[in-house]
Amino acid sequence: MITNTDLQYISALARMSLAEEELKPMAEDLSSILDYIAQLQKLDVTDIKPTSHVLPLKNVYRDDSIKPSLTQEKALSFAISKAKGAFKVPQIVDN
Amino acid sequence: MSILTQKDFETVIGLEVHLQFSTRTKIFCGCENAFGKEPNTCVCPVCLGLPGTLPVLNKSALDSAIKTALALNCTVNSYIKFDRKNYYYPDLPKGYQISQFDFPIGHDGYLDILVNGNPKRIRIHRAHIEEDAGKLIHDNAEGCSLVDYNRTGTPLMEIVTEPDLRSPQEAYDYLTALKLALQYLDVSDCDMEKGSLRCDANISLRRAGETRLGTKTELKNMNSFKAVKAALEFEEMRQFRVLATGGTIVQETRLWNEDKQATFTMRTKEEAHDYRYFPEPDLVPFIVEDAEIERIRLTLPENPQAKCQRLQKDYGLSDYDATIIVQDRHLADFFEHCAKHSGKIKKIANWIIGPLLKELKDRRCSVKDLSLKPEQFVLLVEKVENGDLSNLAGKDILITLLEDGSKTVEDLIEKSGLSQVSDDALLESIADETLKEHADVVTQIKNGNHGAVGFLIGQAMKKSQGKGNPKKIKDIIQRRLFNA
Ligand SMILES: [Zn+2]
Repeated sequence: MITNTDLQYISALARMSLAEEELKPMAEDLSSILDYIAQLQKLDVTDIKPTSHVLPLKNVYRDDSIKPSLTQEKALSFAISKAKGAFKVPQIVDN
Repeated sequence: MSILTQKDFETVIGLEVHLQFSTRTKIFCGCENAFGKEPNTCVCPVCLGLPGTLPVLNKSALDSAIKTALALNCTVNSYIKFDRKNYYYPDLPKGYQISQFDFPIGHDGYLDILVNGNPKRIRIHRAHIEEDAGKLIHDNAEGCSLVDYNRTGTPLMEIVTEPDLRSPQEAYDYLTALKLALQYLDVSDCDMEKGSLRCDANISLRRAGETRLGTKTELKNMNSFKAVKAALEFEEMRQFRVLATGGTIVQETRLWNEDKQATFTMRTKEEAHDYRYFPEPDLVPFIVEDAEIERIRLTLPENPQAKCQRLQKDYGLSDYDATIIVQDRHLADFFEHCAKHSGKIKKIANWIIGPLLKELKDRRCSVKDLSLKPEQFVLLVEKVENGDLSNLAGKDILITLLEDGSKTVEDLIEKSGLSQVSDDALLESIADETLKEHADVVTQIKNGNHGAVGFLIGQAMKKSQGKGNPKKIKDIIQRRLFNA
């Protein structure tokens, strides 16, 4: 069973705040997923190549040619806050 | 307990260098890969991380990465994939960076450097590609940060060494050698001021003789190789003081403060590094065939060390001259072109290292940016060596040639009348006139003031309007004064 400490750590990484009453059901859901993974891990996959992509595709490239970009106005049109042609966000590092 | 000194500890350093490729477009979208544009004008839905967009790999970026990995003697993986490195920070609009985890472009390479004149091999642990993040401008007064996403998605290669460096100076030497090797590849402008080349450092100390690694700190925010060295020196001393007094090092990221010349713990709201890598589902894997690797290997230029050795062997250059000339690949090419046109190789080298390099430095450019033709440069050097041109006039003509590639040495000499006068009869009459005009000085000299000879030579040169062959004038005046 996943602990509350684990849960708080994971939710902090995912920037999700969980209310007290959400902790228990979330822990149960995550634990059942982990149990399922534990089941899978019991399978013998010695001769099976790992899959990193579900589509049978490889080497999909693009030529190095310039495509038009958005205008600054358009780029910033969905910004919650902006200043001096830039997206404005709360300060992260204190110097 | 005995008192520990710095000699009781060994310094262990590993470096992470980030290199921006100068491809025309970004790594996963067609936005222009440009520096210095108005903020947020080289952005599109892909590099802004808008929902529903898909990245597509730029083939040129992959080629540059393979070329760089090969130049660093790495094994290039035939199977390459991308992974998501997850973290929240405003410079990454998607909440993750597309990077590489378990199948990078290359691994297990090396770069040979010189440490105090002795060769040392620095192992490269791995080299992978990723997308660069945006730029944050912190506004302390306003308590906010401004984000410019123009840089987001610039192709970036991270080159990670093994912890093989043993001093801040070695780290500096490695960086210098690495930058030169990278410049030869023409995949990046390697300009630290523009952030095309950046370096983070890991440093730890351990007791001499100990084989396990000590606890390291990661140093960031160094904007020059000098700053990397200074930050490492500061941190080496800081860690020594902690350890020598029985303390322990805290594993952390520290930021270099250039003004204070010190490192400080980075205080950040970001949690401990837990990047939760997983395969990038929006990009398919890449298979690099052997033939493709060989095709790219053929495009590798001769590396600077090999070129330096060869210039000495093929042209008899000194180690000093060759080392200077190979600092710029295009200058080395220029030298070789000239050397094929001239028998006076040593003189050519002197003129390249002296006047030409000075002019290039003043103009902050490479010889490839100018239209100077090797044949004209050779002709110029030979004219000066033959005495047809004075040194000074030669330098003047060089400047004109650098500014206008359509001019020839012959034209310039004729037009400016700079041709040096070596006609004995003419020079003798000039010398005689000078002596006559300055009879008082001649008397002084005859009375023992030999220092005044220089004055007479100067006056005679002036009379010839600077065109007289100075050596001949000097000979004539001395003959007149002392042998006549
Ligand atoms: Zn874009």
